[in-house]
Amino acid sequence: MAGFLGRRFVLPLLGLFWLAVTTVPFLYLALMSFKTQEETYSASIWALPKSFNLVNYEEVLRGRFFTYLGNSVLVVSVSVVLIVLISAMAAFALARLKFRLSGPLFGLIVAGMIVPVHVTLVPIYLLTRQIGLYDTPFGLIGPYVAISLPISVFILTEFMRQIPKELEEAAELDNCGPFAKFFKIFLPLCGPGVSTVAIYNAIQLWNEFIFAYVLTSSPDKRTLPLAVWDFQGQYQTNIPAALAVVTLSCLPLIIAYAIGQEHIVKGMMAGSLKG
Amino acid sequence: MVDISAREAVGDPRPPRRLAEDLAPIVFLAPVVLLLLVFLIYPLMSSFRLSLLSWNGLGEEGKYIGLANWWRLLHDGLFWAAARNNILLAIFSVLIQLPIAVVLAVVLDNLGRGSQLLKILYFLPLLMSSVALGVLFKNFYDPNFGPLNALLEGLGLGNLAQDWLGDTHFSLAAVIAVICWQNIPFYMVLFLAGLASFPAEISEAAILDGASEVTIFWRLKLPHLKGTLRTGALLAIIGSLRYFDLIYVMTGGGPEGASELMATYMYRSVFASFQLGYGSTVASAMFIIVTVIAGISLRLTSRLETEV
Repeated sequence: MAGFLGRRFVLPLLGLFWLAVTTVPFLYLALMSFKTQEETYSASIWALPKSFNLVNYEEVLRGRFFTYLGNSVLVVSVSVVLIVLISAMAAFALARLKFRLSGPLFGLIVAGMIVPVHVTLVPIYLLTRQIGLYDTPFGLIGPYVAISLPISVFILTEFMRQIPKELEEAAELDNCGPFAKFFKIFLPLCGPGVSTVAIYNAIQLWNEFIFAYVLTSSPDKRTLPLAVWDFQGQYQTNIPAALAVVTLSCLPLIIAYAIGQEHIVKGMMAGSLKG
Repeated sequence: MVDISAREAVGDPRPPRRLAEDLAPIVFLAPVVLLLLVFLIYPLMSSFRLSLLSWNGLGEEGKYIGLANWWRLLHDGLFWAAARNNILLAIFSVLIQLPIAVVLAVVLDNLGRGSQLLKILYFLPLLMSSVALGVLFKNFYDPNFGPLNALLEGLGLGNLAQDWLGDTHFSLAAVIAVICWQNIPFYMVLFLAGLASFPAEISEAAILDGASEVTIFWRLKLPHLKGTLRTGALLAIIGSLRYFDLIYVMTGGGPEGASELMATYMYRSVFASFQLGYGSTVASAMFIIVTVIAGISLRLTSRLETEV
């Protein structure tokens, strides 16, 4: 009886309660972004906007929003391609090529997952200034790729290990060297692993804040999370406009999520879930 | 085979295939090793070297002052208060996030129809950038225009309304609430996968034996989740010790350092007070603390070890 009650009433109620906890902040965000500045002072906070006005969005989009967006697309796509290629190569060598240092090297690379990235912040800031990449989107790519490699190598090595030995032997009979084996067999067969790694890192880097904040300074060189930050300073008193930027900055990921939830959930859990 | 022996006859000591195979690990691993050397290992070592300097970060590299910064760190109440906040964050992350995540995983595991949609919606906060969330919740908590206080007043609880982020008593708790709100879905999906791997035959057999759903959960399913719970706790602890984003965006560590973390203190030392040497000392100390605690938790759980 208790089980029946729980299943029929308690669990669904808990489910609805958490749905409210999750969605209320988003509802507030959406409501506010359509209000005029006067409405936020006069009417109740939870009242619907008087009209569906797009003033805030227009104002924000007239600003540099698309420059930030473009920089994000550039930095994230270049970084993700490099991460996938470099970590797949390393994973192949660690999982499939016999050499003496493979065990310790794997341990060392994976240990990089624990390093707090903030410890590397100041030296990387100095380095970026020295090599002249300070305040360019390109200066972000090196650190972005490097911080993503340990977990990516970890995930892809798991994948490479699971590819059946027979396929490799067949390739050897066809006189394939290690390079042909990697590009013709292992990389294509790691498709699911590659997509997990790509999605995980794309989302992490799309949202990355601290390196972007420290390594760039001019608005036309900054990425999307910094748009929220910069506009926030600019619209300190205009709450609806500041929240319109927040909404806009979340849209690309929300659209991606609407298209491929399953892949994104799996990708975000990468490294903690198998497969 | 013919090809190889022919080459040997000419005096080439190594057939080409062998040479390619010997060189292959080097070629495949060079990019990873190079990038990690430049952007991870060098910065780590450099951080320790900078920690021995007195330098404002401008112009000529600063003056070597030996361990003076480290001596200062040992007696720096602000740093230890920040470290304490990191530990509070770790404790509350584990105590708040994991139980709620288990409950939600059980809810989703039992709902069947509709649970897919709920899971998708629950997961949304995890996709948001912390800057976006930070700005959203800064307004949410706003003492004058924020909906939280308005909600409390509407419920007749107006006397509970606070200046959530501006009060030293509440700022850390207010940000921890948001951190939990954002990260619970991660652990929820983790535990949901753990529950899904629970063999259906066992619960069917238990039901035949007259066990209630509740008993099955406490006696069988929860023990089955033990390993996953340990992994979750480990991830929450490591994540908390190096946390930065939401705190920096929402309070900047304030007011009066009430919500300061090691990482925000490091950031402020370098980029706000221009003490690049001392900031590097804080960073290096943070590295030591995180590595030691992560190492201890890894040993204790030994879960990742068996996986690696």
